[in-house]
Amino acid sequence: MALDMREPIESGCPDGFQYMHPVMRKNFGQWKYHEHPRPGVLLHVAHSGDEIWTVRAGTQRILDLFTLRKLNQIGKEIGEGYVRFTLRSNIEYMVADGAKVEPLIQALEEAGFIVGGTANSVAMISHTQGWLHCDIPGTDASGVVKAMMDEFIDEFKNCNMPNRVHLTTSCCQINCGGQGDIAINVQHTKPPKINHDLVSNVCERPSVVARCPVAAIRPAMVEGKPSLEVDEKKCICCGACFPPCPPMAINDAEYSVLSIWVGGNHSNARSKPTFQKLVASGVPNNPPRWPEATAIVKQILSVYKEDARDWERINDWIDRIGWPRFFEKTGLPFTKYHIDDWRGSRKSLNASTHIRF
Amino acid sequence: MPKTIHETPMLDELEKGPWPSFISGFKRLRDQHPNERINAVVGDLLGQLEHSYETRKGYWKGGTVSVYGYGGGIIPRFSEVGDAFPESKEFHTVRVQPPAGNYYTTDILDQLADTWEKYGSGLITFHGQTGNIMFIGVDTDNTQHFFDEINDYGFDLGGAGPCVRTAMSCVGAARCEQSCCNEHALHRALVNEFTDDVHRPALPYKFKFKVSGCPNDCMNSIERSDFAVIGTWRDDMKVDQAEVKAFIEAKGRQYVLDNVTSRCPTSCMTLTDDDQLQVDNSNCVRCMHCLNVMCKALSPGDDKGVTILVGGKRTLKIGDLMGTVVVPFMKMDTAEDYERIVEMAGDIIDFFAENALEHERTGEMIERIGLVNFLEGIGIDVNPNMVDKPRECSYVRMDGWDEEVEKWYERKAEEKASA
Repeated sequence: MALDMREPIESGCPDGFQYMHPVMRKNFGQWKYHEHPRPGVLLHVAHSGDEIWTVRAGTQRILDLFTLRKLNQIGKEIGEGYVRFTLRSNIEYMVADGAKVEPLIQALEEAGFIVGGTANSVAMISHTQGWLHCDIPGTDASGVVKAMMDEFIDEFKNCNMPNRVHLTTSCCQINCGGQGDIAINVQHTKPPKINHDLVSNVCERPSVVARCPVAAIRPAMVEGKPSLEVDEKKCICCGACFPPCPPMAINDAEYSVLSIWVGGNHSNARSKPTFQKLVASGVPNNPPRWPEATAIVKQILSVYKEDARDWERINDWIDRIGWPRFFEKTGLPFTKYHIDDWRGSRKSLNASTHIRF
Repeated sequence: MPKTIHETPMLDELEKGPWPSFISGFKRLRDQHPNERINAVVGDLLGQLEHSYETRKGYWKGGTVSVYGYGGGIIPRFSEVGDAFPESKEFHTVRVQPPAGNYYTTDILDQLADTWEKYGSGLITFHGQTGNIMFIGVDTDNTQHFFDEINDYGFDLGGAGPCVRTAMSCVGAARCEQSCCNEHALHRALVNEFTDDVHRPALPYKFKFKVSGCPNDCMNSIERSDFAVIGTWRDDMKVDQAEVKAFIEAKGRQYVLDNVTSRCPTSCMTLTDDDQLQVDNSNCVRCMHCLNVMCKALSPGDDKGVTILVGGKRTLKIGDLMGTVVVPFMKMDTAEDYERIVEMAGDIIDFFAENALEHERTGEMIERIGLVNFLEGIGIDVNPNMVDKPRECSYVRMDGWDEEVEKWYERKAEEKASA
């Protein structure tokens, strides 16, 4: 067997230039401006006068081979054979000939893809693997996203938000989905249930103890077996112990809920980048379509759309109107859990008389 | 057709509605694909996923799978309910590094699809949150065959585990007028210097590079990478006053006042009575807002380079951290410039490898030891651009003050001499 083994070629990241549209290669670093002729379409103009048109479409992200081949076929037959994928897994077709834009849109829409996702749209939700493939998921990801995008399809196809809206989901509190204007993330509400028969055989106990963010785990003999115990008063139910020690089961059909966070913004435009803040929790983790989570996101989006000024991202808007008014306008309850107690949290408290009446 | 078709009443609900349905895609593979292996694998995968939906739990566990010569790059998945769903009981993901900037021809995508069809489940994602092409669902034996074939035509595995991870770069200079660096060259220069650290996980924890061509930071590099490279410029932004006038004509003067000048975070712009946009460039922080609004009239300057921030990460273990500026500006024009940035990245990874605790990210290490100890470790001088504000608390020992002041004046003198 070993004789047949082939040495890997450690080529690393491939050069993208070989796959790039010739007009983009020719005008590399020489673009002058862009226009947004309609939702889902961008026109970039180079100093040379050359143009490149982009048609962007949303997909199901977890592509099956039929879908991928269909996307390719559209690119070959109607486009010019050059595509890329955005950070939020939209496909983009680049063509030098503007006359191909309408046929591309038509072919994509006929095949069931959704053209849009540019400028002030609700962008495709950036998401994780969930029950489909993760080893520590509290919920599914693709399913939540499919159910939500069904509801936000008009906002994806049209650009009628004050500024772009990035949504993200994460299926555990590690938050692999990242920061978003609105994030829908799993939150566990009970400490792990420990199977003491398995801990000493499966888990490297000192590593598990070290992994806990609040030092709530300690080695212990339980029923005569070397195991771990959790100080349940200290435990924040984050699930960080579960990956290194699967017998510490954190996922629970009843005690996993969804939380909604808002105001994450990676851009440096206007204000410095911001992390998202908790606005709602206790939302049922309710497959197959999670309607309660979608309803809250919808509620936040409708107030934002109504109240924010042009170019304000959700964090800019809340900075202007203040958090009390955010809760008032959205009708979301403000609880003791909204007040941060993590390290550095005192800097998040209001140490002034700046209060809106 | 697979031997068993599992009932999927909950997943069937996800075939409704206008957004493309991944479940319909799975069913096409189960019911219509000519390859019986794919029918069976996806058939049982649907069964397990329905079981997860019914019980609200995941049923995958990790393990150890890699390819010959490497230690990482595969996310091994073995089913905990494999007896009920045997055809998908081994369902690993192969993480493959995409071309820099995520550019593909439809031909190369077809080639990847052909190879995947031979060995895998037929499910692919462009791309995962780290930036890999995710080939989802392959058994242990076929993992090697699949890798061998795509590796022969230029694709290599990404990172998984405590290692240098697959990097990301934005659309960049290939299509964006805001681009201030060659994102793709930087992306490849950085990550490909560390292929050994990508393929053989031996660091305290993961280490990510992300490159954005301008401060809009479309790659979320400040929030999501240990080593963020962001294009910027240090001379004056370019203002095309004729285009400013055209913009005012189209959108109105009030629009410019409300959406451009008054939104500037440092109030460095004014609109004069005769509709000239004047910029106090010494106070511009390159936030990009006005350039985003008026991309035809306003452009980055010519003296371009990059800012480097270190230590961004997600929640585990001490909470989300942003990257911190360690290099306010660095030219990125010559081969020597590229050597310098790669060398700096190497110094940081070496310091991280030697000093971070197990499962500690770079940002957490910096939080634990302090930025100054980190800077001294990698040989970078302090700079006021690294802080939002200086120290507020007087409880600090400062008996080395005079020497530090001396160093500052020496550096200033050197800068003056070399200018």
